[in-house]
Amino acid sequence: MSEATASQTTASGSDRPMIEIDHLNKWYGSFHVLRDINLTVTKGERIVICGPSGSGKSTMIRCINHLEEHQQGSIVVNGVPMTNDVKRIEQIRRNVGMVFQHFNLFPHLTVLENCCLSQIWVQKKPRAEAEKTAMEYLERVQIANQALKYPGQLSGGQQQRVAIARALCMRPEVMLFDEPTSALDPEMIKEVLDVMIELAHEGMTMLCVTHEMGFAKTVADRVIFMDQGQIIEEAPPHEFFNNPRSERTQLFLSQILGH
Amino acid sequence: MTTDSTFRTEMIEAREAPDQRRGVIGWFRANLFNGPINSIVSIVVIYLLARLVWPFLEWAVIDADWIGTTRDACTGDGACWVFISARFESIIYGFYPDAARWRVDIVFALLAILVAWLAVPKLPYKKWVALFALVGLPIIAYFLLVGGSFGLEYVPTRAWGGLMLTLTIAVLGIVGSLPLGIILALGRRSKMPFVKGICVIFIEFWRGVPLITVLFMASVMLPLFVPGDFDFDKLLRALIGIMFFWSAYMAEVIRSGLQAIGKGQTEAGQALGLNYWQRTGLIVLPQALKLVIPGIVNTFIALFKDTSLVLIIGLFDLLAIIRAGLTDSNWLGFSTEGYVFAAAVYWVFCFSMSRYSQYIERRLNTGHKR
Amino acid sequence: MWRNPAIRALIVQAVLFLVLAVFIGYLVHNTLLNLEARGIHTGFGFLEGRAGFSIPQTLIEYTSDSTYGRTFVIGLLNTLLVSALGIVAATIIGFLVGIARLSPNWLLARLATIYVETFRNIPLLVQILFWYYAVLRALPSPRQSLSLFDAFFFNVRGMVMPNPQPLDGFAATPWALLVAVVVTILFGLFAKRRQASTGKALPVYWIGLTIIVGLPLIVFLATGSPLEWTLPEMAGFNFRGGVNILPELLALWLALSIYTAAFIAEIVRSGILSVSHGQTEAARSLSLPEAITLRKIVIPQAMRVIIPQMTSQYLNLIKNSSLATAIGYPDLVAVFAGTTLNQTGQAIEIIAMTMAVYLVISLTVSFLMNLYNARTLLKER
Repeated sequence: MSEATASQTTASGSDRPMIEIDHLNKWYGSFHVLRDINLTVTKGERIVICGPSGSGKSTMIRCINHLEEHQQGSIVVNGVPMTNDVKRIEQIRRNVGMVFQHFNLFPHLTVLENCCLSQIWVQKKPRAEAEKTAMEYLERVQIANQALKYPGQLSGGQQQRVAIARALCMRPEVMLFDEPTSALDPEMIKEVLDVMIELAHEGMTMLCVTHEMGFAKTVADRVIFMDQGQIIEEAPPHEFFNNPRSERTQLFLSQILGH
Repeated sequence: MTTDSTFRTEMIEAREAPDQRRGVIGWFRANLFNGPINSIVSIVVIYLLARLVWPFLEWAVIDADWIGTTRDACTGDGACWVFISARFESIIYGFYPDAARWRVDIVFALLAILVAWLAVPKLPYKKWVALFALVGLPIIAYFLLVGGSFGLEYVPTRAWGGLMLTLTIAVLGIVGSLPLGIILALGRRSKMPFVKGICVIFIEFWRGVPLITVLFMASVMLPLFVPGDFDFDKLLRALIGIMFFWSAYMAEVIRSGLQAIGKGQTEAGQALGLNYWQRTGLIVLPQALKLVIPGIVNTFIALFKDTSLVLIIGLFDLLAIIRAGLTDSNWLGFSTEGYVFAAAVYWVFCFSMSRYSQYIERRLNTGHKR
Repeated sequence: MWRNPAIRALIVQAVLFLVLAVFIGYLVHNTLLNLEARGIHTGFGFLEGRAGFSIPQTLIEYTSDSTYGRTFVIGLLNTLLVSALGIVAATIIGFLVGIARLSPNWLLARLATIYVETFRNIPLLVQILFWYYAVLRALPSPRQSLSLFDAFFFNVRGMVMPNPQPLDGFAATPWALLVAVVVTILFGLFAKRRQASTGKALPVYWIGLTIIVGLPLIVFLATGSPLEWTLPEMAGFNFRGGVNILPELLALWLALSIYTAAFIAEIVRSGILSVSHGQTEAARSLSLPEAITLRKIVIPQAMRVIIPQMTSQYLNLIKNSSLATAIGYPDLVAVFAGTTLNQTGQAIEIIAMTMAVYLVISLTVSFLMNLYNARTLLKER
């Protein structure tokens, strides 16, 4: 561990491990949801995770910022090993941004306040500075003109872009996307994917649970296929789509691309 | 960065969770003693239960007297339920003449059958049974309970009392307030300003005042409203007050259902060429009423609890009969038994109704999701 | 003509108006005849008359020589007193029980559920009678009073507790309290501004609490503790000194608070549950600490659901306080619509005045509530 901690301050190479998941096991009651997950994500890597519903893909990325507790195995994020200690968990979460399927914006706060809240209360920034940062990111997701509206006044696509900006305001090292486009109307999916593609080009480390195979083909460094709580196959996108090796992957791809 | 693809050919079998807490001790540890704060809370609660519930059980069951007819039977340290059993008949029938009590029994039985029929979801002809309960039952009950015709002895409402009076008021209260509430709810949504205004004032007035003042009004003001020689029955006066009062609450419950049904259904009805009453009666109202059954049952629970207020204007309902029994010089000092028993009776009725309303709510929710 | 909906609506309303007018006219006609037959003069002149009866609890000066109008005020004040006490207690118990129902501790959650299911399914009147006749009237006579710390005594005549007597210089303490409140508000504003400019948050709650408690306490002690508690003392068959609280008030207060708290607990529970799990997860993913999540995310959203429903419970409590008349607590209904009505026979005026009081309270609160709802309505497309 001390090696990893040391490298946190010095290393900036692109093969420094950002997330290390080792023999991760998780149960819901007696149901074994995650089975021996091993995954290392290096800095700047973009990973797309797909698989049938109930395969444990959301649960896995939710373990990375401790929204779900695991029972066995270890998770190290940016050199910080995950424990049950609240301070440690908060430290990890500060480095990990998350975007949810249903946006989860705070409906009683304006877009700007949504983006400032954690900067003010976690990073202890002066309000003016927090607002400046927030406006920068809102500008980048092209929604700065809506900053004073409430989430309920925006379309789904706009809300999801705000959610991305809100997570970015904490300047995280890693972004987790949990099916960010599944709750959107078809015409809004593109605006969100465009933001995500731009983010990928800037070198953000990303883990995306998504069924947008076009997105996987364009930006992913690796595609991971999960089923029954385990990683079945991981491969670069061209191999994954053109030459899937496992039967389950083939079946899944034929179902999802077939129609 | 790995460029080779890796894949799995053999699936990992599901294993058992490592430290599943099983068995009684495991359950206790997981639910009561996980962490220091929880343990302290658990111990405090257990102590409280030991201090409160156990003595109550001891008083109400273990040390209680059950058998006997007079006060002499009360020998134990606990409750003396003889107080209740000695006057059980009057708690049920009030002062209704012995010889005519079979008439009350028939009405009770009829009511029980109708309620059961309406409450069990599988039984057919719900609408007709409901209609019969709203119209037929009151008529039959009137002739049976009041008497004076078909060779039945006349029993004035003065002699009515106990559970029988409580149920009479509750049932007539709902039978009267439901239709009135429907009319008010429709009126409040009317486009005619005068009709709407009258309904709004009516509803907001009754909802703004306490039931007691309504009962006072019914008992002291209503007699002034009718010609001097007209003998206005006390029970009838109370019933009028109760019906008006609860119809306002009922109207608001039904209005929420009408709002939930929305414009689409009305427009569909208009497209079919139905007129207002056809649209309302055939399309909107049946759906709205079904939607607000839980709300109607909850209003009925409130109405049932509030029937006890008639005690204040001198009617002898269940609570008043028990209270009257407590002033009997032979039975002084049994207040606890009396009120605990009254509480238990009301509780059984209200709790079962609230459980039923929750059950319906769950059924409606799943129905909507499907 | 009947086919034209506008004209038809007009005719329907005209007919309805006529029917109502005739009906009301008939009632008024009957009433006037009846009143004449009974020799009752209508009007509010009776309010000037001498009441001639005494009232066991009066918050302002009253003797049996006071007017009937005064009995109205006395009754109203007593209603407001028990309502205010009940609202405070019901809110505290309700919040505690509602939160307890959501506790991860199985036993505590069950206990809270039992509380709610028991007390909301028993008529309030039964509960009032129970507390009054079965508990408070069953207490011993003053001589055998149950005592708590030798300062509070419970007996069949109610509760006797120490009576605070302010001495010279006591006036400084309430002033200190006022100053402390103002200082705390100013400090809160300062802290907010400081956080906005430097980002550093101050422990506003702790410092504010210290000021509000500390400053009056220091002033109180510095002026030589100018408050004397007259302890109740047994003298003959009753207590001398101290304040006596009527058993009627205690019973009504207990029953109203316990009954209403059961409903408030359910409102609090459903309010908290109405904040979706996604909101707390989003807050966590932003690494907001639990306390901030609660303060900035959960409570503000839950309160939008809780406050309107709670207000209607408060109104219910105020209306339910009229059950006082069953045990003889001298509230508006018992005193004015009871004794005064019986003595004067002015049924219409008295019932109308009594109802008007409750109506004014209800309508005012509903109006304020509508303003609140309009203000906090979540903006939507």
